[in-house]
Amino acid sequence: MKFGVIQFPGSCDERDALHAASLVGDAVLLWHRDHDLQGVDAVIVPGGFSYGDYLRAGALARFSPLMGEVERFARHGGLVLGICNGFQVLCEAALLPGALLPNTSLRFVCRQVELDVVNADTKWTGACERGDRLSIPAKHQTGRYWAPDPVLDELEANGQVVLRYATGNGFNGSARDIAGVSNRAGNVVGLMPHPEHAVDPLTGSADGLRLFESAALIAAHPTDFTEPTSPSRLRRPAQASAGTGAGGHR
Amino acid sequence: MSRHAELGLTDAEYERIVALMARAPNEVELAIFSLMWSEHCGYKHSRKLLRTLPTEGPRVVMGPGENAGAVDVGNGLACAFKVESHNHPSAVEPFQGAATGVGGILRDVFAVGARPIAILDSLRFGEPGTSPRSRYLLDRTVAGIGHYGNSIGVATVGGEIYFESAYEQNCLVNAMCLGLIETEKLIRSAAAGVGNVVVLFGARTGRDGIGGASVLASAELGGEGASRRPTVQIGDPFEEAKLLECSLELLDRELLVALQDLGAAGLTSASAEMAAKGEVGLDLDVAKVPLRAAGMEPFEIMISESQERMLCVVAPERVEAVLAVCEKWEVNATAIGVVTGSRRLRVLVGDRVVGDLPVPALVDECPAYDLAPAPPAMSPYAAPPRVLADGAAPQETLLALLGSANLASRRPVFEQYDCLVGSRTARRPEQADAAVLMLDADGGRRPALAVSIDGNGRRVACDPYRGAVEAVLECSANLACVGAEPLGLTNCLNFGNPEKPHIAWQLTRAVAGLGDACRALGVPVVGGNVSLYNEGGGGPIHPTPVVGMVGELPDAARAGRLGFAQAGDTVALIAARGWAPSLTGSELAKLRGAAPEGDLPAADLGELRAVHAAVRQAVRSGALRSAHDVAEGGLAVALAECCVAGGLGAEVTVDPAEATLFGEGPGAFVVSGPRGTFAAFGAAATIVGIVGGDELAIAGALSLPLGELTRVHADGLATLLA
Amino acid sequence: MRARVLIRPKAGILDPQGQAVERALPALGFEGVRNVHVGRLVELDVEDPAQLPAMCEQLLANPLVEDFQIQRPDADGSHQNEGPDDPRG
Repeated sequence: MKFGVIQFPGSCDERDALHAASLVGDAVLLWHRDHDLQGVDAVIVPGGFSYGDYLRAGALARFSPLMGEVERFARHGGLVLGICNGFQVLCEAALLPGALLPNTSLRFVCRQVELDVVNADTKWTGACERGDRLSIPAKHQTGRYWAPDPVLDELEANGQVVLRYATGNGFNGSARDIAGVSNRAGNVVGLMPHPEHAVDPLTGSADGLRLFESAALIAAHPTDFTEPTSPSRLRRPAQASAGTGAGGHR
Repeated sequence: MSRHAELGLTDAEYERIVALMARAPNEVELAIFSLMWSEHCGYKHSRKLLRTLPTEGPRVVMGPGENAGAVDVGNGLACAFKVESHNHPSAVEPFQGAATGVGGILRDVFAVGARPIAILDSLRFGEPGTSPRSRYLLDRTVAGIGHYGNSIGVATVGGEIYFESAYEQNCLVNAMCLGLIETEKLIRSAAAGVGNVVVLFGARTGRDGIGGASVLASAELGGEGASRRPTVQIGDPFEEAKLLECSLELLDRELLVALQDLGAAGLTSASAEMAAKGEVGLDLDVAKVPLRAAGMEPFEIMISESQERMLCVVAPERVEAVLAVCEKWEVNATAIGVVTGSRRLRVLVGDRVVGDLPVPALVDECPAYDLAPAPPAMSPYAAPPRVLADGAAPQETLLALLGSANLASRRPVFEQYDCLVGSRTARRPEQADAAVLMLDADGGRRPALAVSIDGNGRRVACDPYRGAVEAVLECSANLACVGAEPLGLTNCLNFGNPEKPHIAWQLTRAVAGLGDACRALGVPVVGGNVSLYNEGGGGPIHPTPVVGMVGELPDAARAGRLGFAQAGDTVALIAARGWAPSLTGSELAKLRGAAPEGDLPAADLGELRAVHAAVRQAVRSGALRSAHDVAEGGLAVALAECCVAGGLGAEVTVDPAEATLFGEGPGAFVVSGPRGTFAAFGAAATIVGIVGGDELAIAGALSLPLGELTRVHADGLATLLA
Repeated sequence: MRARVLIRPKAGILDPQGQAVERALPALGFEGVRNVHVGRLVELDVEDPAQLPAMCEQLLANPLVEDFQIQRPDADGSHQNEGPDDPRG
């Protein structure tokens, strides 16, 4: 299993993501100006302040040459995880629906939060069970998830809401306490909290490791899925046939 | 007013300059002297005193005098660290003042080649309850520190904040940074090699902070705060992130002879100091400096304090490689000069020499003044307003203390800082008495560094010698509570006008206390900073020696925590024989409207060193489930803090006398663990109670529900910041 | 040609920055202020003003959550607006 973590000018948590990923597989840093994903099985767009959050968070990073490759990779079913600033980049790139706005309080907040796993069938939550509680730190100033109501309804109906802040844990004003979403196919996931900072009991919780383990599971068993009854299963045939997508090697 | 007086130079200093130059200095030269000989750059009133501090030790790999000091942390690694003040700019523009303070200390650390891993900050403001201005300064400085530290991706892991009316007109913002480097790669700043090229890289140069060091730092702040606004520097953490990676890559590739960051007095001090240390000269062509403002004069280019810039010395054959690395990181880089053998700093515009100064005159020959200390006839500090009646019951007293601005939870502040980036943070703010940062695994263990920053100015105001001793002891005690042994210390001396005898007395006595405590504990001073003239119409600040101490612990898995951990655990008080808590200079005395005066308890430094070692050892062995030092607010507050942090009550029996419950003084710790675990402490340990239940009960004194303690502690500062 | 782009948060989306400013003004003694919204201004010299809408759509604004208004100077120095005025104004 090979993870690639993108490094933009201003990325902060790329080495943390690299370390977390290396606990379950191989991991390399990918320079934003390159055009080569180096045959990775999964791409992580990390946290930080790419391009200083100039103009809008993620607005400039989405145009990096490497992001063009990531868009192609994602469209073919490749695994992509956007963490915090990475989530912002993916929304700006329209690889994920919605947008991230300034926290209601307008303040940066760094705090351990409890998350509920809403959809355990995405490529990044397969190692979880629906209803699992994950303790993961969040640290951001622009993390209020927003989309128009009809879009939010659609996301809920399609199982694209992946993680929600547990009751009392949301602090940024996100619509419907949404902490993380996926695309329709479930191969692209974005979340504001930082799973890469929850992989070692010595620094807090190790719940975040499960997201990386989920991806590693996909690489190990590309067409192996679990519960047959979840709504996302309806999209399965398209995924199952994408043998060259998820975990595809180049 | 004469030109030199406008620039802050005395007549005597001017005459000395003329003598050293063997002629009158021109405009450019005078501007350069005014900065190099300012208090901020020249340390005129503190240099002699600082030489009395102990700076050597077996773990010191770089002592004072370089951009940062460094200690050996094992496995071929060194930790470089330093604290610096940015007080005057923060009083004028708190967001940018605090932000650029962080930026500056980061640069000092990566200028020696170390990758920054943590930031801490020590802040002082006036009373937030009654001063909207102090609330504003608190709000904006915290936002500025968060903005810069979070954006550049270095964890802010600790700090301290005190509120006293003495800081109303002169807030303090001291920023500390630690970084890691392979010991053999530490780089120094001495320019060397005649013919080598001087390269300036980083942000373009504008008019930021023109005259900052001389105009702001060495002058008392009068009422014209608003008119000083244009001289404050603006920081760009994104630019610094690129600059950091670029600098570290240049060093990694061994492309540099010397490296220096541009801080106070910009190009002037960077070049003068590099030349002085290397005993060489530098020729700089200011026409080559990339500018961001039009029509800048040569002297402006030399004194600009535009942020995010570094100066390096490069062998000619390596210049192209250096420029290529800078280009990769999208950092401007330009060759602007050469190293000469002349021992002169020459400023040129193209071929034309516009300034020609002898380097030793700028640095080594800067005057160092003797102080004329004399204790004050009466305290220069007013008594604070009384907010608590003398006869208030212990219950009410504890709640008043716990909810006071100086003791309430700092969560509303530290949650604005990213304390996690870098994945090293084993103890976050409010989890333990010191921050704990992990190093790489070593066999089955995870060695770590611990760091604490402390300095109670009000107690130093009571008794400058003992107050300064306490600052050092406080750091050491905090480190002991996580299981760490001190390796080295950095300090920032924040004082009023040293030309006034009573301030000179405060400074002299405080440095003596600092030195004696460091020698007794075996902790060397590896670097630091001095900020003087912190006074305005309302009088001087409290004498505030801020101490930042770094220590090591063998295994982060055994790092101590401050909160009670398990119902049924025994609570013990570990106390030195000489522990003599008193209300003098205490938070309770302040609530009762007492002015800061009176002698603080004496400290038996030898005994305290042994007690700290015993606590440290007990934490390391895993014998204790919690350890917390008794400090501001006294024993009752410490017990309450242990309950709140652990989410557990306790039932405790101690001498219910007021001095025991609320008195302050070094040498006591509240610890908890399984019964029988305190044997190693011998007579120093007294079993005082048991963890459990949902209230804190101190027999014969008070009983308060945990929920109420938690709420009062959580809300104290939060309501002021809302 | 010097153009000016005003970027405003879309109506209907919570604007905490605008609210914070609205709360701060009375504290300074300015009464009677309502409906404050905070956006962004981008000023640029362009050779081909016809490209401006595309620039806004693709980069300068996030059309999901922001409206943009392009202001181009006429020969007489007054401004021509292209795009919605403040819908809440």
